[in-house]
This record gives sequence, C-alpha cells and structure tokens, in this order.
Amino acid sequence: MWSFSNIADQIHEWLSSTFNPTWTLIIEMVIAGVCVIGLFAALGLVLVIMERKVSAWIQIRLGPNRVGPKGMFQSLADTLKLLVKEGMTPNGADKFLFNLAPFIAMIVAMLLFAPIAFARDFQLWDLNIGVLYVSAVSSIMVISILMAGWSSNNKYSLMGAMRSGAQIVSYELSAGLSILAIVVFTGSLSVPDIVRSQADGWWIFKGHIPAIIAFIIFLIAVTAETNRAPFDLAEAESELTAGFHTEYSGMKFALFFLAEYMNVFIVCAIGATLFLGGWMPFHIGNWEGFNHAMDWIPSSVWFFGKTFFLIFVIMWFRWTFPRLRIDQLLNLEWKYLLPISMFNILLATLMAIMGWHF
Amino acid sequence: MTKEELKIKIAELLPAATFDETGEWLNVHADAKDWLTLAQQLCNDPSLSFDYLFCLTCIDWKTHLSMVYHLSSTKYRHNIVVKSKLDTHQPEIETVSFIWRTAEFHEREVYEMFGVNFLNHPDLRLLILPDGWEGKNPLRKDFEDPVNMIKL
Amino acid sequence: MYRQTDIISDSRISPQEGDLVINVGPQHPATHGVLHLVITLNGETIKKVEPHLGYIHRSIEKMCESLTYRQFIYVTSRMDYLSAHINNHACALCVEKGLQVEVPARAQVIRVLMDELTRIASHELWWGAMAMDLGAFTPFFHAFRERETINDIMEETCGARLTMNYMVPGGVMQDLHPDFQKRVKEFIQLYKRKIHEYDELVTDNIIFQNRMKSVGYLSPEDAISYGCTGPTARGSSVSSDIRKLYPYEIYDKLEFDEVLETGGDSFARYMIRIREMHESIRIIEQLIDNIPEGDFQAKTKAVLKLPKGEFYTRVETARGELGVYIVSEGGTTPYRIKFRSPGFSNLSVLDHIARGSKIGDLVAMMGTLDLVIPDIDR
Repeated sequence: MWSFSNIADQIHEWLSSTFNPTWTLIIEMVIAGVCVIGLFAALGLVLVIMERKVSAWIQIRLGPNRVGPKGMFQSLADTLKLLVKEGMTPNGADKFLFNLAPFIAMIVAMLLFAPIAFARDFQLWDLNIGVLYVSAVSSIMVISILMAGWSSNNKYSLMGAMRSGAQIVSYELSAGLSILAIVVFTGSLSVPDIVRSQADGWWIFKGHIPAIIAFIIFLIAVTAETNRAPFDLAEAESELTAGFHTEYSGMKFALFFLAEYMNVFIVCAIGATLFLGGWMPFHIGNWEGFNHAMDWIPSSVWFFGKTFFLIFVIMWFRWTFPRLRIDQLLNLEWKYLLPISMFNILLATLMAIMGWHF
Repeated sequence: MTKEELKIKIAELLPAATFDETGEWLNVHADAKDWLTLAQQLCNDPSLSFDYLFCLTCIDWKTHLSMVYHLSSTKYRHNIVVKSKLDTHQPEIETVSFIWRTAEFHEREVYEMFGVNFLNHPDLRLLILPDGWEGKNPLRKDFEDPVNMIKL
Repeated sequence: MYRQTDIISDSRISPQEGDLVINVGPQHPATHGVLHLVITLNGETIKKVEPHLGYIHRSIEKMCESLTYRQFIYVTSRMDYLSAHINNHACALCVEKGLQVEVPARAQVIRVLMDELTRIASHELWWGAMAMDLGAFTPFFHAFRERETINDIMEETCGARLTMNYMVPGGVMQDLHPDFQKRVKEFIQLYKRKIHEYDELVTDNIIFQNRMKSVGYLSPEDAISYGCTGPTARGSSVSSDIRKLYPYEIYDKLEFDEVLETGGDSFARYMIRIREMHESIRIIEQLIDNIPEGDFQAKTKAVLKLPKGEFYTRVETARGELGVYIVSEGGTTPYRIKFRSPGFSNLSVLDHIARGSKIGDLVAMMGTLDLVIPDIDR
C-alpha cells in the first residue's frame, strides 16, 4: 500500500545502494531539510488562505476571491508582495537584535517539526522524549518576541513584548501539565509510543474526565501561547497597534507572521497526537470490521484532518471572542487553569494507577 | 421656576444684574468681576441648583466680547443664559471650571478661538489649534487668513 | 536602558521616574479618526490621559458665518457624520424658530422617522466598532449588514448615504420615495430577526462582560458636572433625553421610554445604546403607517432673513445633546454660530474615568463614549 513510510524506505534503500553510509546520511539530511522548508512554505500559504476564508465565512462575507480559482493564490501574491517590500530598520533600533529576532522565531518553529509523526512510521526524528522536546523548544519562542519588542525602540513594541513574556511563561505551565496528564496515562514521552497506545481508542475517549479537562486546558493554553485572539495581547491591534512587530516590515514581518501560523500548526499537531490519536485511525475497541474500514483511510489523512480540525477551532476562537485584559489573562491562568490542571494531574495519576481508564 | 421667579431670585443674589427677556430663556447680564460669585450661587443655591452648564461660548461684537453661559438645572429643568461683557483688547474673566467641570474644555476652546484669558484656569493651553500658534484668534471678526478662508 | 525618545512637547506633563508617556494617535486603530491622546502610564496602569484635538478642525463655526441660512445646514452634515440627519434637523429647527415657520405635519413625521433611522444606523456602527476595539472583528460585519439596509433606504429618498442634507428650513428637501414604507417595514423585519445575534455574539459573552463591567465608572454627579449627555449620561442614570425633557417636533405625542441604566460603568453605557435601538424601532413602528398626507415643506422665502436676536435649539443626536446657537443681526447670514457638540463634552470626561485602569480598558471606554472625532473638532 502507498504510504509515506514506504516512500521513505525506498529512497533510503536506493541511496544506501548507491552511496556509502556517510553520504547517504548527508543526502538524507539535505532532503529532510528541503522537505521541512517546503512544508513550512506550503503550510504557511495554506493556513493564511484558510484563516482568511474561515474569517470570511464567519463574518458573512466572501473573502479573497480574485487571485486564482476562488482566490486560492491570494496568499502567494501576498508573499510575493512581502518579499519585494523594503525591510526597514528604525533608526534608534538595536540593529543586530532587531534583525535576529524574526530568524529565531523561524528557527524555533522549524525545530518543532522534528518529533512530529506525520503518518504511520513517518517521523523526522524519533527521539524518546519527543513531547518534552516540544515543550522545551517552544518556550524559546518568547525570547524572539522579547528581542523584537526590546530592540524596536518603540514603546508599543516593548509593552507588547512584556505582555507576551508574562503570558507565554505562565501559560506554558498549564500546557505542560495538561500534556503531562496524557504522559501519565501512556507512561512514555515518545511520540510514536503515545500514538500506538491509542490503537484501541483515542485518549480523549479512553481517558474520559481527566483527558477531556486536559484537552480543554490544552486548547486554551496553546491559544494563549501562540498569541492568538482572544489572547493576542502581545499584538492587541486596537491597543498597541501591532505590539511587538509594530516596526517590522517586508520579509522580516512575514517571518513573524509565518512563525505564528507554524506554531499554531505545531501545537495543533501535538494536540492531535496526544488527545486525538495522531495518525491513528478512529478505532472502537474490538469492532474488527469497523476498525478495518477505518484503516483504509491513509494515516497521513487522519493526522492532517485532526490537526486542521483543531486549527479550525482555534481560528473559530479568534473570530468570535473579544480580547481579554492583561490582568484577567493572568488571573485566568494562575487562579483557574493552573490549580485545575494540577488537580487534574492527580486525578489522572490516580486513574492510571487504578486502571480506571478504558 | 418660571422666568419671573428666576428673575426675582437672581436679582436678590446679584442686585447689579440686568435682565432681558427677548429670547426663549431669561438672559442675565452680569459684570465679569461678579461672575464667579454669581456662578457659585447659581450652582449651589438649593432653589436654583443650576448644576449643568450646557453651552459656553463667546461672541465677538467688534466693540466688545460677550461671554455666554447657558445654564440648566437637572433638578428643576429651568434654564437661564448669563452674559458678560468683556473688553476686546484685554478680555479677562474668572474660570468656572471648578464649578462645572465641563467648562475646562469649553474655556480652553474659547481661549484659543477668542483670546479670552480665564483667570485661575487649571490648564489654559491650546486645545484645537496646533502647538505654537501665534496668529490671531480665529473666531474673532477681524481674523484674516488669505490662504484658507474663502470669501463668498 | 530603554531610550526615551523626545515626544514630550508638553510643559504640563512632567513624567516621574518610571512613567511611560505614549502617544495614542493621531493615527491609531482604536481612535476611529484623528484623535490624539497623550497617555502617561505606570506599567500598564493609566495615570493620565490628555486629549489633543484639532487634527480635523475645519472651523465650521467660522465657515457658517459667511454662508446663508439655507447653505450652512449642508456643512453641518460633516460634523457628526454618523448622525447627519439629526445635525441638519437641529439647524433647520433653529432657523425655523427664528423665522417662526410652522412645519407641516407630514414633514415633521418624516423628520422624526429619518432621525430614528439615523440613530439606529449610528448605534449599529458604534456596536461594531466598539467590539472591534475589544478585539472581536466579527460583530463589525454583522452590524454593517443591518446598517447597509438603512443606508439603502436613505439613498432612495435623500440621494445620499452618509451626508444626506435632507432637512431644509420649513420641512424636508423632497417627498419620500414611493417604496419608503415598504423598505422600512422590511428593515424592521430584518432587525427583529437578527437582533438576538447581537446579544449572543457580544452581550452575553463572558469575556466581553468581564471587560465591560465595573470599568470606567462615572458617577451621576460627575456626569452632570462634565456636561455628559446622551447614552454616556443615561448610563449613570442621569435623565438627559432631550426628546423627553424638551420635546421637539412630534416626540411628545409618541410612546417611547427614556432608557436609563444605573451602573455608570462601560457595560451600562453599552446596554443603553442596545436598548435605545429597540426604542427607536418602537418609534418607527408607530409612525411608519401613520404618515399624514400633505405638504412636505412649508412655504418659505427664497432668501431667508432671521430677525435680530439669539436662537438656541437642542436636539438629541445618537451621541447626546446637540445645541445650535445662532446669533443673528438681521442679515442673510448668521453673525455667530455655536455648535454645542455632544462629543466634545463626553470626551472631557475620559481622563476622569480612565485614571487607574489598564490600557485595554481605555480603549473600551473610548468605545463606550462613542467618540466621533469630526464632531469633537468641528
């Protein structure tokens, strides 16, 4: 059967038979790098057009409909515009940090692709602490935002960066704790293990109460962590004009923009992997016929379907809710989400020990 | 209170005031130096309680300026108009922004548009005109701006 | 250290150690125009807000001094462009007061209908724009769906969608379009079908309520002292509806309630406007089937001359009390005109209610004060 892992294996076999092992490894790394960059660009374009179409649909209007069939090439045209636009650096800015910040945002987003299982047995780097890796690397994102805000020499940027710092650092906690609930159930930090443990049912069903609580907290926390409305205080258009990226233009702005969408994709992919079974098809217990029918749908379709569903939910939030205030945002985290997720961890542990989950 | 009652009451408060009943409401003419005490009494007297200053402006009569205060009472719903003559060259009058807070902005507007100097105003600066405006006061009748003013 | 750029041209601002002075505007997404606020912050907390006006000052008062009584009304559409009809109405009333013209019954009804439609349109736009200030973009488009219908009705009868110039001294410019009644009834149907979405999308939203409640408290005493009118004052339970207190046209014969809220906070001001839209619909429903036949304009001379004297009219615009003060010397042009605009007084209270709150709240408060900058600058 056609699958990503077959293609990968065939390429690997052909390369091994043609080159010596060192060259094979180097060429494979180059291919992987090119694929990540390609995926990056493709996802960026798709997510931007998706956001615009979803927002148009929610706002009873048409959305982009001029460039290409049904406006599908709009984001391509936008990218072209941003590419040829002058990337200005303000006079008073700290030029080195100012120019470095968007690249850090970009690199972080790229690094996060490594442990994600896109399809059955198809993963860039199968490391045994994949989930921990994602949590750890994604928190570097805040450094790029702080850097951008500080170096812009703009008060709006600085305030946006400070808000963002407070926000990401605090929501990192609940996101981590809600991930931990699933890790407790599975007993493993490795992404393939977590996916395989959901062969007889996804954790959101198997883990019932604690898993559902963890899932909701995870969704709220990652929305906040990726600085998207209703938690977009770092940008807060009506308050801080554009927050930390007020002074950015051209491609440097585009990198921030792209990094935001990549982060959304990655957190949704993680969410799909942990709670909705990643590439694992929808299986119900011992219903052999039903499970077999589900297996016919390729694993990559399952993975991307779930991820895009979560992305849609996050976009839905953005176009429906008003923004929170900074003190309400921190209250929500420290007074509600954190205690609940701590309690939830205890509950999950209890359930895992007692084997109350299915 | 009706016009007549208001007239009697205000005549008690300020014997120097003159009245004129041509308009819709009672017009009280007061001297600029009496204005602050009259204003305080108008606002604080329980039977008058003019607590709402709904219009504050100035008119340039070429020979003199005339401050016009439209006062209303949210309790009794009676209105009066207080007018005060000012000198064209050195217009000065006490501020009433401590009595009616809305006067602060309106007086700033009159200050820049007519050049009336409000004594003891907390923040008498240009509000609408650009910083560093050094021309004449735009709403005065002798103001000329050959570039921006179109004469019909 | 963070470099302090030299933006403080103002002598009265003397920032202390740790203060951050920020220019909000003249170009800023939340000011809906060219309002310039210099805010002094301590962290995120506002210590002082200072409006700088005049970026769209066109000196309409001076302009009117050289225009005739028929001409100057057109200029006033450009003051508060969201309630252009009501501005025109105030000026027409003031000129009529001077001329002592009796306006035909039909014209009075048409004027009131137009005023109320304008009020709804204005509140719709405010609702969308205010939700946008709070970071929700979707309501803006939902509000425009209904507002567009009103604009279409206006376009048919008045020939313009925003600055209608429909009211003239003595009545209205021309008769209603034959489809007017049908279209207005369609609009009422649409409004009643869709209005619940407003509550579902925004009013009942928990985030929205947390953002609005107990924010920007304005006490009734302060509301009066600062000269606040319209929904801003009524949110603090100060009765200030000119339509009820000093009725003009046929408002004294109509059944409608003055909407009052006791909260005094942003949410109260928000609820006032939402409820006011319902009241306006009530007024339109009473009138739409009872437009009397007859002239739409009283006979007036071609060249209007007001007698020597002073004339003052007050009307209730969507933002509050608009006063028109005409001083006449007996000529064909006014000697002096003063527009007492509601926005100017409502803006002056911003510093008072914003102190001690967060920047996000400042934006919410500006939203609930419903500032229209050309109305403030004139």
